[in-house]
Amino acid sequence: MTPLNKKLFRDIRRAAGQVLAIAVVIAAGVAVVVMSLGTFTSLRETRDAYYDRYRFADVFAQAKRAPELLGRRIAAIPGVAQVETRILHGVLLDMPALDEPVRAAVQSLPENGEPVLNALVLRTGRWIRASHPEETIVGEAFAEAHGLRPGDPITATINGKRRTLRVVGIAMSPEHVYVIGPGDLVPDDLRYGILWMGREALEAAYDLEGAFNDVSVRLTWSASEPAVIERLDALLAPYGGIGAYGRTEQISDFFLRSEMDQLSTMAGIIPPIFLAVAAFLLNVVVSRLVETEREEIGVLKAFGYSNVAVGWHYMKLVLAIAVIGVGLGWAFGIWMGRGVTAMYADYYRFPFLYYAFDPAVVAGAGLAGLAAAASGAIFAVRRAARLPPAVAMTPPPPTVYRGTLIERSVFARRAAPATRMILRHITRWPVRSLTTIGGIAAAVSLLVMTLFFIDSVDVMLDSYFNQSQRQDVDVQFTEVREDAIGAELARLPGVLKVELYRAEAVRFRHGHLSRRVALLGIEPDADLSRLVDDSGRPVTVPSEGLLLTGKLASLLGAGEGDTVIAEMLEGRRPVVELPVARVVEEFIGINAYMDRRALNRALRDASVATGANLLIDGTARPELFRRLKDLPAVLSVADLGTALATFRTMIDGTILQMVSFYVLFAGLIAIGVVYNSARISLSERARELASLRVLGFYRAEVAYILLGELAILTALSLPIGCLVGYGLVSYMVTAFDTDLYRLPFAVERSTYGWAVVVVVLAAAGSGLLVARRVAYLDLVAVLKTRE
Amino acid sequence: MPANAAATNPEDTRQATFRTIGVTKVYRPGDVEIHALRGVDLEIEAGELVVLLGPSGSGKSTLVNILGGLDVPTDGKVFFHGTELTAISDAALTRYRRDNVGFIFQFYNLIPSLTARENVALVTEIARDPMTPEEALGLVGLGDRIDHFPSQLSGGQQQRVAVARAVAKRPEVLLCDEPTGALDSATGVQVLEALETVNRELRTTTIVITHNMGIAAMADRVIQVADGRIASSERNGDRQPAKSLSW
Repeated sequence: MTPLNKKLFRDIRRAAGQVLAIAVVIAAGVAVVVMSLGTFTSLRETRDAYYDRYRFADVFAQAKRAPELLGRRIAAIPGVAQVETRILHGVLLDMPALDEPVRAAVQSLPENGEPVLNALVLRTGRWIRASHPEETIVGEAFAEAHGLRPGDPITATINGKRRTLRVVGIAMSPEHVYVIGPGDLVPDDLRYGILWMGREALEAAYDLEGAFNDVSVRLTWSASEPAVIERLDALLAPYGGIGAYGRTEQISDFFLRSEMDQLSTMAGIIPPIFLAVAAFLLNVVVSRLVETEREEIGVLKAFGYSNVAVGWHYMKLVLAIAVIGVGLGWAFGIWMGRGVTAMYADYYRFPFLYYAFDPAVVAGAGLAGLAAAASGAIFAVRRAARLPPAVAMTPPPPTVYRGTLIERSVFARRAAPATRMILRHITRWPVRSLTTIGGIAAAVSLLVMTLFFIDSVDVMLDSYFNQSQRQDVDVQFTEVREDAIGAELARLPGVLKVELYRAEAVRFRHGHLSRRVALLGIEPDADLSRLVDDSGRPVTVPSEGLLLTGKLASLLGAGEGDTVIAEMLEGRRPVVELPVARVVEEFIGINAYMDRRALNRALRDASVATGANLLIDGTARPELFRRLKDLPAVLSVADLGTALATFRTMIDGTILQMVSFYVLFAGLIAIGVVYNSARISLSERARELASLRVLGFYRAEVAYILLGELAILTALSLPIGCLVGYGLVSYMVTAFDTDLYRLPFAVERSTYGWAVVVVVLAAAGSGLLVARRVAYLDLVAVLKTRE
Repeated sequence: MPANAAATNPEDTRQATFRTIGVTKVYRPGDVEIHALRGVDLEIEAGELVVLLGPSGSGKSTLVNILGGLDVPTDGKVFFHGTELTAISDAALTRYRRDNVGFIFQFYNLIPSLTARENVALVTEIARDPMTPEEALGLVGLGDRIDHFPSQLSGGQQQRVAVARAVAKRPEVLLCDEPTGALDSATGVQVLEALETVNRELRTTTIVITHNMGIAAMADRVIQVADGRIASSERNGDRQPAKSLSW
């Protein structure tokens, strides 16, 4: 090994603490990239492979009753590759674990063999045998939640008849990656499940012999989805078709896509910010590190080493540090990416979920880390290498100091010389002081930005569950019911208040834009489920016309005063024109609202409802749920308290888990910056500080001068960091605008507080580590060398 | 043996500022041992101006660093009046330096970010009975450059600030390691004059390390150090004023 390489290894070993601190900053940047992009890529590739292998359909449509022969005509539509007709219905199950009736969707399987589209992954058990109407295959999520196994019985109410089914297998399907009940926000595997039964059994149960009510279509590569949907709608219209839709409106894919959009936004925004901050810090730290080696550079050049050789030597030092950092970052990133991906696997039902070690992502992150380090070093190395050896060997000329403006203040004029040293050192090196401030502020802002997610989710959940959806129970009816049902419900045990609503699936059209959403007809004085805008104010639904959420309005390109076309997708399927009376910002969903009476009028119906929100007395809950289970009008019962809890768990398990990693990394960056600043300050000022020790200053007094500067810089950077963090948050809010939800712009004071506390602790901890080194200052050696 | 002559005189023992007994210092920078001091017995009287002469590596700096509490001997004892410096803690040594010792080095070791006045104030702030920075700087003839930063002063001026800083706390001893080593003859004499003034007016026990024989003429006593031992110690019957020196 050449002497220079030996020097390299020894230098690294000698400065192990500093090397590690710099490496950690790079590692944090790289790990965030590898983790976020890796998680996103894993989910995307797993999804694509699953959809492909198990033949997930492209277009879906439901009808009342279409003859089986229609399937052939659908198959003949240009662009249609494969067709699967099915029978699909909602059923209620009576599960021993719960008081309330449990909703399930039951889907038919072909009598002989597996479906052509939306194939099942049979996890345990066997397929349904022909002519065994009691046999059923149960979705894995539901089976796990209820501990079901092949052989177990299930009591179900199918088309009003109670029947006992027997579980023969447990399965999953690409249609139900995200198993969520209609109208729910989060999966609740205890209260909603999927069942598969034989086609004959369901034909018999629903009087659909030789007919189907659901069709899935797989398109050819070149097919136009809108064209196929149009033809399909035309074919199904006479049979009660309610409008075909593509994957984007298929509920499982919609949620999965929405989650992945969010992940991809996160992966697209946060890691570059981390990496940029890491690069900036690295730049600062490395150039100061090389400057402290100025004399050695002079000596090497005096011995005849060329500029290139000297430059390359220091570059290798920096690259070695960067390689350690990148290696750590890869390891951390992959490890955490695995963890996060596994957490996603708890909420998204994939038969396989591999953490994809995407070489491009990993290599890209690594290169970015190396480039950041190298760019930091290059200027400092060049500056040092360019100096003539004699000049480089003599230390830089005595620094010229001047009094500072600050000192004219009353406080500073009375300040001790030690304090003046601190102030002058800060103002003497304004660029260096500013970069240190910038580095620490960056760490603060990263913390604010990442902690903000927690605040935002809290505000969103509070707005939705505490301000807006204040009912205890949401009851959906099997079909449209006259208002009299309200009085019927009010008589049930424990019911304190009843508010009826009417929910309709509708396709809005405005110009060339269209969107399938839920149109909710609510009471103008609704108190249980009321509208709340993004600043928390209750909103009264207008007595005429539509109220659109801001997101839906922008998707339709419609504003207040415009008229949109509403095609009802159920019942007689009327098409009406409705004026947009008001646009209100909401955080969750893309709904449209109307006064229920106005909706009934527009649809030329009597006073009817499709569901009711109930306020109940909790002590009567079990009894109430038992009674609801027996009411034939009731399709489903949703418990809002449970919904909040499941939403919370899911957010905590996915987004917040990721956020906590980001917080960890931001903290590491803070430590890296402060520790390096302090260490370099110590080596730059060793002589000065040793002089003070000689003059009789105690270690603590010398440490005060060293750390006082850092303390002032840290103090200055805190408000700047909070401000920049606020800016990043406002950027995040605009970036995270998905159909599923918008992030409320809410930064709690405690978030700034935590960011400050974390950075101050990191600063104090690393400051104290460095302060301990004051004890080891070599007083004699320092004073014998020339200035 | 002239080196031990003072130790045998009980009168002098009472007045001694420093007394060392068998002081040995061994450095082990690697596998080799360097014997910097090999059993030094020495007494320095109060108010004496002592010049330590000797070639590089003879051990004179090590000796002065030990007397000043910057370094500790491997073996032997050092007394400052009744206090055994070799038996006290690091914090107590710092206290000792702060209260009793003024240092002057070849490279002035001023704090570049502080003016002349503030460099002196750095010490007077923590001293028990200091003179004012203005007084101290007046003593070394720098009353007119009081608000200059080190970068605005010549080498000799910087060194005189260092002298002012060292004497401002009215230390009992002043330890100077090659105080003129980085200066030309005329400037060096100015610094020596400052030392002389301090020694005369404040009765400060002063030890000056040099390998410049010319300086010996201003001393009360000249001690030759060679190979880690005291080679000779001679009283100077004909002490010359610093102003008359040149080299």
